[in-house]
Amino acid sequence: MHDLPSENTQTTGNLTPSAGQIEREFTVKARTQTQLVVRRFLQHKLAVVSVFVLVAIVLLAFVGGALWHYSYTDITPDNSVSPSARHPFGTDNLGYDEFARVMRGTQRSLEIAFTVAILATIVGTVWGAIAGYYRGIADSAMMRFVDLVLTIPIIAAGALLGHHFQSAGWWALALVIAGLSWPAVSRIVRGQTLSLREKEYVEAARALGAKDSRIIFRHILPNVIGQVIVVVTILVALAILTESSLSYLGFGVQAPDTSLGTLIASAQTALQGGQWWLFYFPGIMIILICLSVNFIGDGLRDAFDPSQQRVRA
Amino acid sequence: MLAFAVRRLLVSIPVFILSTFLVFLLVTWGADPLAQLKAKNPPPSQAVIDAMSNTLYINHSLLERYWHWFSQLFFHGNWGPSVQSGTDIGQLLRTSLTLTARLVILAMILAVILAIIAGVISATRQYSKTDYSITLIGFLFLSLPVFWFAILLKQLVVNMNNSLNWYWISTYGANTPGLTGWSAFSDAAGHLVLPTIVLAMSSYASWSRFQRASMLDVLGSDYMRLARAKGLSRRRVMVRHGLRTALIPLTTQVALDTAAILGGAVLTESVFGWQGMGTMLVNAINAGDFNAVLAWLTVAAIIVILFNLIADLLYGVLDPRIRNA
Amino acid sequence: MTQSATTTDTVLSVRDLTVDFPTGDGVVHAVRGVSYDLRPGEVLGIVGESGSGKSVTSMAVMGLLPKTARTSGSVRFRDEELLGLTDKEMTRVRGSKIAMIFQDPMTSLNPVYKIGFQLAEAVLAHNDVSKQAANKRAIELLEMVNIPQPDRRVEQYPHEFSGGMRQRVVIAIAMANNPDVIIADEPTTALDVTVQAQVLESLRAAQRETGAAMVLITHDLGVVAGQADRVLVMYAGKPVEIGTVEDIYYNPRMPYTLGLLGSLPRLDKRDQQRLTPIHGSPPSLVNLPPGCPFTPRCPLAAAVCQAREPDLEPVDGSGFTAAGLRIHLSACHFKEQVARHDPADLFATSASDAELPADFGSGPGLVEPPLEDDGSEDELR
Repeated sequence: MHDLPSENTQTTGNLTPSAGQIEREFTVKARTQTQLVVRRFLQHKLAVVSVFVLVAIVLLAFVGGALWHYSYTDITPDNSVSPSARHPFGTDNLGYDEFARVMRGTQRSLEIAFTVAILATIVGTVWGAIAGYYRGIADSAMMRFVDLVLTIPIIAAGALLGHHFQSAGWWALALVIAGLSWPAVSRIVRGQTLSLREKEYVEAARALGAKDSRIIFRHILPNVIGQVIVVVTILVALAILTESSLSYLGFGVQAPDTSLGTLIASAQTALQGGQWWLFYFPGIMIILICLSVNFIGDGLRDAFDPSQQRVRA
Repeated sequence: MLAFAVRRLLVSIPVFILSTFLVFLLVTWGADPLAQLKAKNPPPSQAVIDAMSNTLYINHSLLERYWHWFSQLFFHGNWGPSVQSGTDIGQLLRTSLTLTARLVILAMILAVILAIIAGVISATRQYSKTDYSITLIGFLFLSLPVFWFAILLKQLVVNMNNSLNWYWISTYGANTPGLTGWSAFSDAAGHLVLPTIVLAMSSYASWSRFQRASMLDVLGSDYMRLARAKGLSRRRVMVRHGLRTALIPLTTQVALDTAAILGGAVLTESVFGWQGMGTMLVNAINAGDFNAVLAWLTVAAIIVILFNLIADLLYGVLDPRIRNA
Repeated sequence: MTQSATTTDTVLSVRDLTVDFPTGDGVVHAVRGVSYDLRPGEVLGIVGESGSGKSVTSMAVMGLLPKTARTSGSVRFRDEELLGLTDKEMTRVRGSKIAMIFQDPMTSLNPVYKIGFQLAEAVLAHNDVSKQAANKRAIELLEMVNIPQPDRRVEQYPHEFSGGMRQRVVIAIAMANNPDVIIADEPTTALDVTVQAQVLESLRAAQRETGAAMVLITHDLGVVAGQADRVLVMYAGKPVEIGTVEDIYYNPRMPYTLGLLGSLPRLDKRDQQRLTPIHGSPPSLVNLPPGCPFTPRCPLAAAVCQAREPDLEPVDGSGFTAAGLRIHLSACHFKEQVARHDPADLFATSASDAELPADFGSGPGLVEPPLEDDGSEDELR
């Protein structure tokens, strides 16, 4: 300011740029990455509603099911009763209370689905990240193996192994489904890793002497997280559908335990016989869970990577 | 182009051989062929069990067993003995596959066509009511269990048939035996309607989402803009430059989903009582029929690898960039 | 004050063009009143930084803005009003009367179609000729932009061409129907400097062959100096100065223009001259404060600048058009004062490292202290 030619001092006054003035040019608040993601997610009304729905279902199944005055093994004297105040979901022809059964089935299906999602995601992510990062022979071999596993239809292998392990409990079924689901995750993560490893900050880290494991875990994985979270949600939906399909065929959850698929299997003829409640409630439960999970996944996908229409000047 | 095709074909062969080994491991681990025999009441003697073990070639190392099965199948065309009495695996495969093939191919074609239409409409009218409706329906189908939908549809059609007194759309089985010529064809078609719709549904759902995303990608691209700047009509730009390019990723996606469709076929056939591949598998697993399950998985692998090969070739036709790869 | 109505030999006449985009954050006033005339055969360079509205202006002329855009004003091609035409009517104009070249050659061409096809397509869209004739023309066009072995190249795909060659193909496509106006939107920005020269040469050839007028949009003042007859400087959606190349480069009358020139490294200036970047960033086009948008960054700013946005007014002492109007216009309340300054006078003090050691640059083998990165170099991208 003191350098300006004298004829300008009367005109410049206090309008020369200073740090505060420049700030007023920014009309949008600066936000952290997480805040941005959350904010974008909250703009998806459907996704937000779905979060509530999912939480409600989980609470209903685990808390509601536990508090309900009937358990899924209780045989009540009311046979084939349509929904009433006493039996909101009706009863089947043996007198089991359907509400208790559906809650139990939902519990089981949810447990399996979340276990599958977490396991498959962890294994698939690590596998894909290593393959994508190291490339070359390791990548070829690892992804060839993935391709091989993916040539087998999940229902077929699931049926075979589910049948084999049927006495081992639900966690065995979860392991089977997870073991067949991780390859799809690894493909996605590998793709992401391949493009991320070319980024400059990876090169910079390597130039600084960072070990490979550090680069993978500290630089690549955090940037893959967005995609991975979306994949997790999709996996939950897929796992529920797979598990209920296997249970429907008789290769999944076994009696006396029940799952939504098993319930539908035993309700096949019920629909014909007019006992619609035995068929609809478990089915609608599956649909609701999958729908809300899918909407959440969609909202997350947009929140992490919005490809909005940008105006170029 | 021919060189590309030959290269792809040659690569498929070792992949196939490896997958047979993987499948063999899987089945050896997961199927106990003696279970059904041992569960008989009264329990059979050791001699009977031994005889069965010999027929099934069980008392050998894993690699020997694999080689035995592999050579029997690929050099002698022998699928191996079945533990389900009176079953010839080769014959069973033939009849089952004929039925399932119809269903799967039709369902895939239906799903692809609908998905392309839905994806294009959704993308070109992004954020409109049409887009939202199509998207919502897509999500619904994605969340619908195949078997539940099948049962529901079956019941609805049964009611409809009864009230309309028109029974061409059949709700059970793959055909009515004893028909020939045109009536056999029409009968088969009537039996195909429901299972095809059911099987196509979930593939349609995921492919239409995929196509929408692919189309949106393409619509925002620079070459679309240049095409319009050249003065080409909107329609020509959309079809020639947009759709043509947007279809490319879909071919890969369809191939990748082949295995899933086969899984869906298992469920669909179960509900509609088709004696196809699905029922064959379920019976084989329940019986612990080692060779039958093996045969099934091998055929499934062939189908998946074949479809992947077709998709690769199609991709090469559609996208000149990869022809030298 | 804008230039008056069209003279008979104006090929493109833009008047008070405004473009608004409604967005979630408010309405973005991307273009706030652009006017210019283009005479046959002349090259008008439009210069400005990202966000100045230069590309949106051209997209508006071509009718290629997204449906959400709200446009007003007038764009006359010869005697035809283009704004308000339906898309179908505009397809007649695009590619045959007015052609456009885009920035990124790597993505401008469809990867699945041969080059010959894409060239012939441009011809066939506007001419009822046979495919063979169109293909012949395609080969001719490739020759005109100096692509060797055009008869072989015509059968190849875009991925077999380098970036510079692809851009030349795009230029050839633009030339295909002998347009009267070629709009080149940052044609060399995505290319290496060595390739730029080839592409600019092709652009010149295109102009020669077709006799077209050209609108050359760029942020690179060096490119403008070599190619343009007249220059229009845009800032925050509005033109702030317009004149011949000599007017703008040797007699800039708007502090922004002066600042732009001052941030260019010059070989003809004395050495040890610091570059003088313009401090700050362009304003948001959503919440534009009243008055001149350059005020916060302007060393000559005064109260009148905040109160009233200056109009484009003629600069005394500059040349006249055939119709008797001044060519050189500037939108600045202090355009007379600007004439007396060097960029270094007005802008030097904004530099954060203005205090230098006295012996800087004078000793042999002295290592340059690193320039502080205060973000000011980013402004002119």
